[in-house]
Amino acid sequence: MPLSLLKPFAPSIRFTLSIRRTLHALIATGLLAPCLVRAAQPRLTIGFSQVGAESAWRTAETESIKSEGAKRGVTLKFSDAQGRQENQIKALRSFIAQKVDAIILAPVVETGWEPVLRDAKRAKIPVVLVDRGVKVSDESLFATLIASDFIAEGRMAAEWLAKKAGGKARIVELQGTPGAAPAIDRKKGFEAGLASEPGMRIIASQSGDFRRANGKEVMEALIKKHGSEITAVYAHNDDMAIGAIQAIEESGRKPGSDVIVLSIDGVRGAFEAMVAGKLNCTVECNPLLGPLAFDAAEKAVSGAALPKKTIVPDRVFDQSTAKSVIASRQY
Amino acid sequence: MSKPSPIRSGSRAGSLLWPAIGLVALLAGNLVFSPGFFHLEIRDGHVYGTLIDILNQGTRVMLLSLGMTLVIATGGVDLSVGSVMAVAGAVAASMVVRGSAPFGVVIAASLAVSALAGLLNGCLVVYARIQPIVATLILMVAGRGAAMLVADGQILTFEHPGFVFLGNGHFLGMPFTLTLAALALGATAWATRRTALGLFLESIGDNERAARFCGVETSRVKLFVYAFSGVCAGLAGLVAASNIKAADSSRAGEMLELDAILAVVVGGTTLTGGRFSLIGSMLGALIIQTLTTTLYNWGLPPAVAPVPKAIVILSVCLMQSPQFRERLSFARPQPKGSA
Repeated sequence: MPLSLLKPFAPSIRFTLSIRRTLHALIATGLLAPCLVRAAQPRLTIGFSQVGAESAWRTAETESIKSEGAKRGVTLKFSDAQGRQENQIKALRSFIAQKVDAIILAPVVETGWEPVLRDAKRAKIPVVLVDRGVKVSDESLFATLIASDFIAEGRMAAEWLAKKAGGKARIVELQGTPGAAPAIDRKKGFEAGLASEPGMRIIASQSGDFRRANGKEVMEALIKKHGSEITAVYAHNDDMAIGAIQAIEESGRKPGSDVIVLSIDGVRGAFEAMVAGKLNCTVECNPLLGPLAFDAAEKAVSGAALPKKTIVPDRVFDQSTAKSVIASRQY
Repeated sequence: MSKPSPIRSGSRAGSLLWPAIGLVALLAGNLVFSPGFFHLEIRDGHVYGTLIDILNQGTRVMLLSLGMTLVIATGGVDLSVGSVMAVAGAVAASMVVRGSAPFGVVIAASLAVSALAGLLNGCLVVYARIQPIVATLILMVAGRGAAMLVADGQILTFEHPGFVFLGNGHFLGMPFTLTLAALALGATAWATRRTALGLFLESIGDNERAARFCGVETSRVKLFVYAFSGVCAGLAGLVAASNIKAADSSRAGEMLELDAILAVVVGGTTLTGGRFSLIGSMLGALIIQTLTTTLYNWGLPPAVAPVPKAIVILSVCLMQSPQFRERLSFARPQPKGSA
């Protein structure tokens, strides 16, 4: 009977009829199947220290790691640091004390990790970093870093635009918050991508603060100044591009055809705008790091060698692919 | 020789003089340095140009600063207006998306929620005797969370024609937001200058205890101004959401409370309370928006843009200080005398 199969999983809830019924249903629908298959292997215990839940992107990342952990039958110990490094260090120390098999860390800042990472190394617990790096004197203190390459995203956007515009464009750039890493690197990458294209010129570059309202406000002002000279808009995130699209429409031009609009992130709103023909392209910055993070953690636990940096493959989506992909977008 | 009372003539006329000079100087700078800044044309039956953008984008801070002026006049401050904007936008957008209620009800509900939020601030200040900056800080933090809760953490987008008109429509060839701001200003000015309310506010700001001893219902007046500030913020939130056809709960109105306070201060109302000038606050809001648009226009790198902004605002504030002006006029003849 299914009950005997459940024994190792639910010692405390074995007698709760309603929960038992739910589990039966879950098994029947195959949702618990991966757990059952993996029951033979020793279950890994992995600690995950997350920065917080400040954006939809971050929530999607947390969700991806949690669901991948459940899928692989890993016992995941989750800790939300609410944006504070001391909370993350505390969480890491508690993971070490609990003798977890591996730690996944999304560090809030780059510095100050040396002592706690040294403790983890002494306890032979591999640490996998996700989405941001750390500055340490000894690279062996962490197993690998899994992150998107913002510079590459900027370069991919530039290459796509150069191809689309046939090497000739007058571009307005809407930057993110001044000083933020994605804003700096997406600008740098975009400029590098345009370096070999003399016909592609950035005629204005202003900050829209990663916000929809500011994207619109800045675009309104720049349209008044440059008018129909503008042939393309490159925004550091989707929200600003959506704001800019509204400003372009209000000026009487057609975003998507009169003015090429492209952005980075690949949130749902961007796909909707592409299906409507108003946004031309978005470069995805993938928050779904779960599978890669657990692959790395499992490899590190088994003692296999890992590259120091694993780049999350970011993809370019344009109007031709948007329609077929939109239904499968999770964030 | 009947000399006019120095306080009255000095603060009311003087308070408007310097922000007006600041605004004119900014516009004059643009006349010289940015061609096309004053270019206006008729497009699709309405006026189109940079100046119109400034007026249109400036309405949010104008609306906020109306309520903020009255709150500051009583010696308080309202930090929660940015979050209340987000709440109002989220409430209206979620109702419009569901499409169950007529639009009038949506607006009324959204403004009622904003008024309640303001009333909550007022209760904390009046009955719990929490300092205004702390009392309103509570809602500044919690309000954004409430807005996220209402919108379910999503950016709610809508295409409802009535709601979109609020922030994008035109009336008499000008953005409808201007009509809205003018109506709000007119109503506020009437209530504070044609009724005794203005006098009550100033007396509370000058000396609350004395005002109470004179028979002013200080608690009731203060409750009213915080609720009024909430309604103004709600209106600004509706305009902001309508403008981008979306309620962005996590970012709408973020840091706008500071712009509103700045507009009030630049407009010549002091943070210690007492005398206030609604027109001054409007000028302050326009200065801030003109500055922002000017900097976009000049193509200054965004990382250094806050510096010129700070310089202009600082000089307007300094010129309003009688002590500073006195020192300036002393500084000039002095070298002559000592030489």
